[in-house]
Amino acid sequence: MSEKFVVGYDGSDVAKRALDFAVSRAKAQGGSILIVHVLEWSPYSFLTPQELEERHARRTEELERAEKALMSPLKSTIAAAGVPVETQIKYGHVAKTLCDIAKKEGATQMVIGRDGDGGLSSRVFGSVAGSLVQVAPVPCTIVP
Amino acid sequence: MTRLVPTAVLAACFTFMAALSASAQSIDETINSIFASSTGWFVTLIFSNFPGTSFPWIVGWLVVAATVFTVYFGVIQFRAFGHAIALVKGDYSDPDDAGEVSHFQALATALSGTVGLGNIAGVAVAIGIGGPGATFWMILAGLLGMASKFTECTLGVKYRNEYANGTVSGGPMYYLTKGFAERGMPGGRFLAIMFSIFCILGAFGGGNMFQANQAHAQLTNVFGPYPGFITGIIFAGIVFAVIVGGLKSIARVTEKVVPIMGVIYVGTALIIILMNYDMIGWAFGQIFAGAFTGLGVAGGFVGALIQGFRRAAFSNEAGVGSAAIAHSAVRTKEPITEGFVSLLEPLIDTVIVCTMTALVIIITGQLISDPETGLYLLNEAGTAIRTVGDTSGVALTSAAFSSSIGGFKYILALAVILFAFSTMISWSYYGLKAWTYLFGEGKAQELTFKSIFCVFVVIGASASLGPVIDFSDAAIFAMAVVNIIGLYVLMPIVKRELDSYWSRLKSGEIRKFT
Repeated sequence: MSEKFVVGYDGSDVAKRALDFAVSRAKAQGGSILIVHVLEWSPYSFLTPQELEERHARRTEELERAEKALMSPLKSTIAAAGVPVETQIKYGHVAKTLCDIAKKEGATQMVIGRDGDGGLSSRVFGSVAGSLVQVAPVPCTIVP
Repeated sequence: MTRLVPTAVLAACFTFMAALSASAQSIDETINSIFASSTGWFVTLIFSNFPGTSFPWIVGWLVVAATVFTVYFGVIQFRAFGHAIALVKGDYSDPDDAGEVSHFQALATALSGTVGLGNIAGVAVAIGIGGPGATFWMILAGLLGMASKFTECTLGVKYRNEYANGTVSGGPMYYLTKGFAERGMPGGRFLAIMFSIFCILGAFGGGNMFQANQAHAQLTNVFGPYPGFITGIIFAGIVFAVIVGGLKSIARVTEKVVPIMGVIYVGTALIIILMNYDMIGWAFGQIFAGAFTGLGVAGGFVGALIQGFRRAAFSNEAGVGSAAIAHSAVRTKEPITEGFVSLLEPLIDTVIVCTMTALVIIITGQLISDPETGLYLLNEAGTAIRTVGDTSGVALTSAAFSSSIGGFKYILALAVILFAFSTMISWSYYGLKAWTYLFGEGKAQELTFKSIFCVFVVIGASASLGPVIDFSDAAIFAMAVVNIIGLYVLMPIVKRELDSYWSRLKSGEIRKFT
């Protein structure tokens, strides 16, 4: 069975390093890459009536923007390196969504970056990398 | 037009400010008398009694409708209750629709428009006039109202407009026109226009002036008396910044804090009730006895009934049609699912939150009764029950809470301001939808409405409670007159949706995703 790497990607420098790491491993092992961009979203948040009305339109815009700015440029460069690549853009809780996709797509490994910035918010709410270490359904590599 | 309106508003504000030093109190009086005399006829029309009785026809109208829907849909409020909870939790939501408006969000937004001063001040008005018995009728009206809400919100989603740019607009004006056309009935367009007119008045009344009025009442309760138009201008300024200036940060903070305040409010009420646990049995005794005898209140048990139904309808807006506007943005393939979810709204608003307020007022002994007869003593005019501090409206609720937990009036003042504010934001939106339905979409039309809306904030804070509450009720009930005619005509369509969905749910065709 060939390796399938799920890579969490948000366009940051660490995300790029994580992706480079995954691409080099996939190339060496003859595996493929699935890049996932998760837009943080909770169905239990509170919106104003105006925001409700525009939500569908905003979502469409956000998806298009993410596809254009983040995903499209990657596809061609990684495909050019000879590694099969797919992309997905999802809404939800970042760590949970990454795990769901890894299970659903039959991934064998996950790779994400961490910013190593132990700020107050990540102390209180936890970080994506920290959560994945605990709940990832497949081996998970965290790239510093 | 675009430039004229804000200038006019500013000019009005400056005029007020200039007059401030001259004679502050007389401005309030002038506003009050002009307002009361110009709206009196409308109030009389809506609240006229059935010939030969002292029973307002509008209250009968709402109760009969809620009862008809309850029977027609086979007590849907209890049958679909569990399924409604599952829908709100997201058990039936397609994960691929993440990022769209969830059932929870539609419900939460609709609730922040309905949970407001009706629950805090309105209940105090009901108990103050109708006695504890009004609580019984209020709860009954809340339970029956769930069926009205179910009907209107299903239709709101089914007949909403989805525009090419991805935005949606829904509400009674759309189901009245499209639904009537589908059934081959004339008059849909006429009803939609009437609804829109009343909705605009309702937005100015219950969704605005009543809120500003009671927010000011609570502020003077805490800080001592000062002229109402000052509160009005400050409130109007903030509302203006949010709805015209697009200051999303304020709206966003309010949307987050309001639910927390709601929990604090209900939590505190529960604590007070539990502190006086030995009185709970007595309080319910008063509620039941008052519901059928009146215990000496003006108008006897009919007086209690009218107050209970009136304040319940004002608080949960079931049958009024406003909630259909807020609920219609949800992402769902089945309109009926939003109907199920909306069932929970009168339950939370009236059966839970309103009852808490009522119990606290009764248990803390704010109402003065004759120790010998057990009947309540009326004030000199004979219109309301005498209270400990001679209070009414929000001040009565505040006195009740503070008598058990000193200093709670400060927290209540904050809650009142936030509830008032979030209700105003919601109603400014409902009113705007009706306004643009009448006058067309466009920046100039929107700005005109929003500017007038802000002027009414000032009027509401300045006028006295009596005329404001009468006009607010009248406008909101006028919406119900039109809306309920529509619901009667369109209820077979809801029935068809319900039967189809329910059989697919039972057969397992509609399944949970999780």
